[in-house]
Amino acid sequence: MSEAEEIPLWEVFIRPRNGLAHRHCGSLHAADAEMALQAARDVYTRRGEGLSVWVIPSAEIVASDPQDRGVLFDPADDKIYRHPSFYNIPDDVGHM
Amino acid sequence: MPAAWVAALIGLADDHLILGHRLSEWCGHAPMLEEDLAMPNIALDLIGQARGLYTYAGDLEGAGRDEDALAFGRLERAYRNLLICELPNGDFAHTMLRQFYFASFMQLFWQETESSTDATLAAIAAKAVKEAQYHRRHCAEWVIRLGDGTDESARRMAEAVTLLAPYTGEFFMADPEAGGAVAAGVLPDTKALQPAWQADIEQVFAAAKLVLRENVYAQKGGRRGLHTEAMGHLLAQLQFMQRSFPDMTW
Repeated sequence: MSEAEEIPLWEVFIRPRNGLAHRHCGSLHAADAEMALQAARDVYTRRGEGLSVWVIPSAEIVASDPQDRGVLFDPADDKIYRHPSFYNIPDDVGHM
Repeated sequence: MPAAWVAALIGLADDHLILGHRLSEWCGHAPMLEEDLAMPNIALDLIGQARGLYTYAGDLEGAGRDEDALAFGRLERAYRNLLICELPNGDFAHTMLRQFYFASFMQLFWQETESSTDATLAAIAAKAVKEAQYHRRHCAEWVIRLGDGTDESARRMAEAVTLLAPYTGEFFMADPEAGGAVAAGVLPDTKALQPAWQADIEQVFAAAKLVLRENVYAQKGGRRGLHTEAMGHLLAQLQFMQRSFPDMTW
């Protein structure tokens, strides 16, 4: 049995600062949740990248099927009215 | 802090340099990538702590020796580290157990040193205690998982317990050079740390289904410069660059 089959894969999410969301930054192998958290700290926060870490078993992530891409996402392509790009912004507001 | 206590500081720094060097030998050889980063992380923390202690010792001594001179420029008998720090790594279980013993001890040691009457040492301790706390946690988790793991990991962990048993007693022996510093509240009395250390080990061993070996003859001598046969080989590697190219920088 290969190591990958023996030791589960985890996805790592790091929150770099207060007020920001956790962002996916990579994955790693670990035997269980506690070890995954420690490995995430050691692998992904060595240069002071994080204030908070989440780890999630990769197997628990439900992902869309790449083959469904057209069905799921193409219908949004021609609905430009959903982008808030038709408003006139007063000069006083400045850059938004 | 009087210069007479410098030797005690150097002994403490030597513990961290020598064990940090040992641990760094795993770099590129760990059983998995994640641990290949985790162990050198710990090694770098230890060497960082050694640097702070050497620099402070060199300043107090006032003989112009800096951290490099102290780390690389002494003969074997002048190193005062505990013997457990210089032991060869053995397998992963052996390395993790040794690291757990040391980190558990140093966490208690730094916690006490945070209230040292010496402000510089108290500051070094305040930084080091967080690092030691993480080392202890990481290594304890591995001791539990290997001790209560597969037949092979449990056997290897039990062997490590046996092999390291003679080397834990030295943690709690009074350093002949530290008596004055302990009396003045500069350094903690290591003897007093033993019950808390033992309780910590027992708690982790219970979860790891390991049996603590007690009443084993304690090897000693590190604090007097009397080392195991492994020390000369370690120093040959550690000192090679500075011996070949004195005062080199890069």
